[in-house]
Amino acid sequence: MSEKYRYIGKVTPRKDAADILTGRAKFLNDIKLADMLYGKVLRSPHPHALVKKVDKSKAKNLEGVRAVLSWEDVPNWKGGTPRRTRVLDRKVRFVGDAVALVAATSEEIAKEALRLIDVEYEVLPAVLDMEEALKPGAPQLYEEYPGNVVTPGVPFFGPKSLQEVVMGDVDKGFQEADVITEGTYSYENIPNPMPPEAPGAIALWEDPNKVTLWVSNQASYMDKVTLFHVFNREVEVRSIGGPCGGSYGSKFMSWQVQAHAVLLSRATKKPVKLCMTKEEHLAAFTLRPGSRMSAKVGMKKDGTVTAVSGRWLIDTGYYSMTTQSQVAVGCGEVQIMVRCANWNLKPTIVCTNRNASGIVRGFGGQELKCILIPLLSLAMEKLDIDPFEFLKKNYVKPGDGYFWRDGIWYTYRGVDYTEAMEKGAERFGWKEKWRGWLKPSLVNGTKRRGVGVGVHGNADIGEDASEAYVRLHPDGTAMITSCVTEHGTGQRSNFVKMVAEVLQVPLENVSLSPADSLITPYEFGPAGSRGTYAIGSAIISAAEDARRKLFELVAPKLEAAPEDLDTEDGVVFVKSDPQRKLPWKAMGIDRTCTGYGRFDPDYTLSNCMMSFVEVEVDMETGKVTLVRVVNATNAGQVIDPQGLEGQLNGCLGSAGIDSALFEETVIDPSTGHTLNANMIDYKWRTFSELPIIDNVVLETPFASHRFHAVGIGEVATSPGPSAILMAASNAVGAWLHEYPVTPERVLRVLGKVAPRAEKGGAA
Amino acid sequence: MKKTRKQRKIILTVNGKPCDLEIGDGPGLVKPWDTLAHTLRETLGLTGTKVSCDHGACGACTVLLEGKPVLSCMTLSVECDKKAVTTVEGLSDPRTGTLDPLQQAFVDHTAFQCGFCTPGILMSAKALLQEIPSPSEEEVKEALSGNFCRCISHYQVVKAVMAASGKEG
Repeated sequence: MSEKYRYIGKVTPRKDAADILTGRAKFLNDIKLADMLYGKVLRSPHPHALVKKVDKSKAKNLEGVRAVLSWEDVPNWKGGTPRRTRVLDRKVRFVGDAVALVAATSEEIAKEALRLIDVEYEVLPAVLDMEEALKPGAPQLYEEYPGNVVTPGVPFFGPKSLQEVVMGDVDKGFQEADVITEGTYSYENIPNPMPPEAPGAIALWEDPNKVTLWVSNQASYMDKVTLFHVFNREVEVRSIGGPCGGSYGSKFMSWQVQAHAVLLSRATKKPVKLCMTKEEHLAAFTLRPGSRMSAKVGMKKDGTVTAVSGRWLIDTGYYSMTTQSQVAVGCGEVQIMVRCANWNLKPTIVCTNRNASGIVRGFGGQELKCILIPLLSLAMEKLDIDPFEFLKKNYVKPGDGYFWRDGIWYTYRGVDYTEAMEKGAERFGWKEKWRGWLKPSLVNGTKRRGVGVGVHGNADIGEDASEAYVRLHPDGTAMITSCVTEHGTGQRSNFVKMVAEVLQVPLENVSLSPADSLITPYEFGPAGSRGTYAIGSAIISAAEDARRKLFELVAPKLEAAPEDLDTEDGVVFVKSDPQRKLPWKAMGIDRTCTGYGRFDPDYTLSNCMMSFVEVEVDMETGKVTLVRVVNATNAGQVIDPQGLEGQLNGCLGSAGIDSALFEETVIDPSTGHTLNANMIDYKWRTFSELPIIDNVVLETPFASHRFHAVGIGEVATSPGPSAILMAASNAVGAWLHEYPVTPERVLRVLGKVAPRAEKGGAA
Repeated sequence: MKKTRKQRKIILTVNGKPCDLEIGDGPGLVKPWDTLAHTLRETLGLTGTKVSCDHGACGACTVLLEGKPVLSCMTLSVECDKKAVTTVEGLSDPRTGTLDPLQQAFVDHTAFQCGFCTPGILMSAKALLQEIPSPSEEEVKEALSGNFCRCISHYQVVKAVMAASGKEG
């Protein structure tokens, strides 16, 4: 496929490689400004309390302390959807909620000052479980949310924002079913995506109402937009993004950390750096929403799903900023995964006294599928249906449709992923390994192997808007102006590749502006898998616009029409007579030539990832080991083979497959304290525990992209967790219903340890 | 009282350059409780060394002390007196800027994603190759088992280290 391209599909070094590998890349905490102060946050030890009194006098008197702020000292800035959560409030709603802020000349002094602040709390009863929070008489987190139910509306997605999946006639659907299964399943071990670089910000306030922020975010332009609203639309925000040390969705929003830095800079008129410690990152930053669903599905013998009905509870923690959008996208994604004519799936977003939920890759859909696929599996078992055949049959096909996040019905016009799924199954050896439900594929003494499969897709590849400029210079170089930050996918480098391909210039002749909202146009950022298709298309069209303008400038000098011209390596020539040529400087040496590009949302395309997993269970110890993964997808056209491989290998980490094996945030249900807020107690995978990963990538061109490509970066983590549950159940020969499949849970199912109250399972 | 006490100092040789550092509490001075990571990053401005967990768990802050990999977030600077420290900034040729073959292998294999854990991984790998110039894949994985990566660059890192050792992984 890639033979026709000079760069697209070829292995090229990442543009930022040398900076990363020599330590020159400046991540947020590597930046030091003159006179910079350091911020720290005093956090609540109680999950729910009123702040009666904050005595700041001793802290203020410590040498080197420049500001100590509590809720009385700050403007009424609020975040959340809707905006109900004050940046500093007189009420704290989780262990780790901000009570006071300190700025000092060093981090050590700031830390010391925290110890000198005396806070008097009136401790309130707390609620940490969704169903408890919904009961009459439960502690109430907000006056505005009676019964702790958060308003479902999502202003971002318009008046018809998707709030549920309701269509057809579920009663009729259940009548048509050959089998009906019911159960309650949850995916609420709230694994932490845990980027290595903790969230942070540097703020520099200018009176009366301007602030410049250095941020670590995958989408730095959106900090400007988010904070503009948090700051009551009264403050002009400039956001400057740099290399982002991992995000996986999570740092798309760090509005609280940023707002804290801004408040301290506003109070001191100095630049203030505020970076979370790893403990704060794990215990006080946002986490994946918790999900629990009691539902019923109807299925026919041929694998047709006749009805899905259920109540999906989403634990948003102490506030919600994006949970409604995650629910909207999840509701859309579930229709992409399962064709079904009759739905009655009703989500309820619930506030509890734990960390707030935020964005994590998988964005609603991973959560919903992790609890729906196990329930569908029960029906498949009863009908003896192969899950691979079921998922393949039910995945969206050209001509099918879905209600997307904006509540509008779209007809899918992308490629058919059947071939990619079949190629993946072949590579994995699915036919040979699949022995039927709850049957191991291999028994070797006390070790048993089992296989599982999952699928995920998201119509976000064309979501939201992007804008860019491409400026051509007389010397044959070009510069992209875009607010894209680099968060690990190599996208900044890929956009350089795309522009070099359009302009046919050497890669080293194309540069990319810093991600500074003061100079760049609007950019939603590489959220979901939108980088290649959405951002790419805006940048490509800016390059094409610049190229067209260049031809208009040079055409008269070549006595040709602009449409008769082409360009290569900084030379414009007449296509029919390449000897008639002029270098780019023919545009004029006192001139540059700028093109503009914009991408408008298009929800008619979805990507797809199918993951096959094989696990080995030690029947004596209960340990589940992941042996092999095969990921299968169709990317249309590979842009960067090595970057893509890295993205697909990412299926394990950052709240992906390992969230079904061992990753979890453990919160003490009686105190609300996170018990494993450090990287020793929070389990992670090491180099010596790597399974075999094979990635099968097909390239069926997508007609509507200049290079026929779509992004698939986000979704690598999503199909895996439910596949692990399936594989472990098959290996053991009994249903495992809870994430993650720890040795204790396996041994319990095997009857080797005493049973304990389980939260889910078949009814 | 302070005047009668002789001001102490330590000498660190960082990437081949001797650095005289006075012990004390103030700008540019090294406090007795300062970690090597802090001294490198905050006092000497060598921010290539990253701090992630600050807890000795993740390996992001790995540097070489007398050629051996150490966690600089768990090492006190005062303990490094008269010792040689190599950081990621010291891997490439100081005069020409040419990348070390290990760094070049990381470029060639795109053996990084966000790049935050990469300096620590590079230093652990460098230490391995100095000790075992031609390691097996298992030895590479074992040597890097204290380095954390959330993007999952592991597979490409193993290939890059094998390539740098002369074996294509």
